[in-house]
Amino acid sequence: MSNDRVVVVTGIGATTPVGGDAASTWSALLDGRSGVRTLEEDWIDSVPVKFAGLAAVDPGDVLPRPEARRLDRAEQFALIAAREAWQDAGKPEVEPTRLGVAVGSGIGGITTILNAYDLFKEKGWNRLSPFTVPMLMPNGSAGWISIEIGAQAGTHSPVSACATGAEGIAYGVQMIKDGRADVVVAGGTEAAIHPLNIASFAAMRAMSTRNDEPARASRPFDKGRDGFVLGEGAGIVVLESEEHARARGAKIYAVAAGAGYSSDAHHIAQPEPSGAGIQTAMRRALEAAGLTGADIVHVNAHATSTPAGDVVETIAIKESVGTHPLVTSTKSMTGHLLGGAGGIESVFTILALTERVVPPTINVDDLDDGIEVDIVRAEPRKLAGGQIAAVNNSFGFGGHNVAVVFTSV
Amino acid sequence: MALTEQEILAGLGKIVNEITGIPANEVTPEKSFVDDLDIDSLSMVEIAVAAQDEFGVEIPDDQLKHLKTVKDVINFIQA
Repeated sequence: MSNDRVVVVTGIGATTPVGGDAASTWSALLDGRSGVRTLEEDWIDSVPVKFAGLAAVDPGDVLPRPEARRLDRAEQFALIAAREAWQDAGKPEVEPTRLGVAVGSGIGGITTILNAYDLFKEKGWNRLSPFTVPMLMPNGSAGWISIEIGAQAGTHSPVSACATGAEGIAYGVQMIKDGRADVVVAGGTEAAIHPLNIASFAAMRAMSTRNDEPARASRPFDKGRDGFVLGEGAGIVVLESEEHARARGAKIYAVAAGAGYSSDAHHIAQPEPSGAGIQTAMRRALEAAGLTGADIVHVNAHATSTPAGDVVETIAIKESVGTHPLVTSTKSMTGHLLGGAGGIESVFTILALTERVVPPTINVDDLDDGIEVDIVRAEPRKLAGGQIAAVNNSFGFGGHNVAVVFTSV
Repeated sequence: MALTEQEILAGLGKIVNEITGIPANEVTPEKSFVDDLDIDSLSMVEIAVAAQDEFGVEIPDDQLKHLKTVKDVINFIQA
C-alpha cells in the first residue's frame, strides 16, 4: 500500500462553546452567534480576564456520572465528540488492527492536576482518585476512544499546543496513506478554563481583557483586537480510506487530501513576523494534495485575535495561495480551543465544503491594515459548485504550523 | 452501635452504583467484585476509600486485596 491511497471523511463530531454537537455548532456559526460569556466562578476576582467560551452543553449533563467521574473534562469532551463522529460514520465495521486513533490535547488534564494537588495537600495521598494519572495524561482521550471503539492499529496523541487538533487529523491521514490503518478517529480536545491557565496566559499578555463586552472580545482581523479568548471543547472526525468507505457504502463528506507542516524555529510563543513558516506549511499541504493555490476557495484561518498573529497569517495566505479564497476565523465565535481548535475548525472546513457556505468572522468592525485577502465579515458567504478545496490552518506555541487540505466530493 | 449486614449492604450498593453505575440491587453478598461485578482494581480502590468515609472503618491496602466478595467487605466492616 502506498501514499496514493485516498483518505475521506465519513463522520464528524464536535462539542463547542456554541453547540453541543456538530449540527448545532454549525448552525450557530452561520447565525454569527458568539459562545463567549462572562464567567461567574468564585475565583473570577483573582484573574484579569473575566470571560471565556464555556462549552454550550456541559459534559456532565451528557455522560453518566460513573463515567464522568473517571474522566478529565478534556477527555469528556473528546469522548462525546468521538461518539458523535463514530455514530455519524455509521459505526463502521473494521478489523480492530486496521482501526486507529489520533487525538491530542494541547495541555492535557490540567484541571485534574490542579484539583488533585489541592486535594493531596488538604487530605493526603490516599484520598486521590486512582484515576488521577489516566485523567491528567494528555494521551488519555485517545486511550479512552481506542477502548470505546476497539482500535488496535495504534493510538497516538500529537501534542503541539494550538496546532494539536490539526496535527491529530494530519497524523490520522498519514496512518491511512501509509497503509497502517483503514479507519482512524482523529482530532483534538481541550478543557483549560481554570484560573491558573487564565492567569498564565494573561501573564503573557496574550488574552483579551474586554471584560465589559465578552461576545465582542474575540475579533480576529479587527484593528481593535487585544488578544485571544479561551474556549473549550473538542472536534473529532472519522477518516477512512476511500476504498473502505465505498465498499461499505458510507456517506462521504470530503476528501482529506493532504497536510503540510513546518516549524518557525524563531520564538517559543511569538509568531515569526514574515510568516515564512506558515507559507511553507500551506505550500506543502497543497503539494501533498496535488493542488495549486488556484484550487483553494476557502481558508479557515488560525487567526486567534492576537495583535501579533492575524495579519501575518493573511499575508502568508496571499503569498502561498492568493487573495481569492474566502477567509474566516470561526474563533471570533467559539473562542480559541487551543488543542481542540484544529479539530473543530477542520470540522467547520469540511462542512463549508459540503454545505457550500463559509461562516462569517464576527466583530470585524474595522479591518486591520495590511489585510489583502477576502475576509468573510458579518454574514456567511456562498461557495461555488463543482470541485472545490479548502484549507484549515493551525499554529501553536513552540512554532508549530500545520495546514490541512480538504476537497469536495 | 454496630451496623447490621443489611445497612452495610445498602451503603455498599449505593457506593458501587455511584462509582461504577452498576445497579445497587445487583450488589448482593455472594457477588465477587472482579468476577461477578466486573469491577477493576482502580475502581476497587475508589470503593474502598468511599467505604472508609461512609462506615468510618480504615481498610488498609494489604487487607483490601483479600476482600473478594461483597460479603468479605461486610464482614470486615462489622469486625
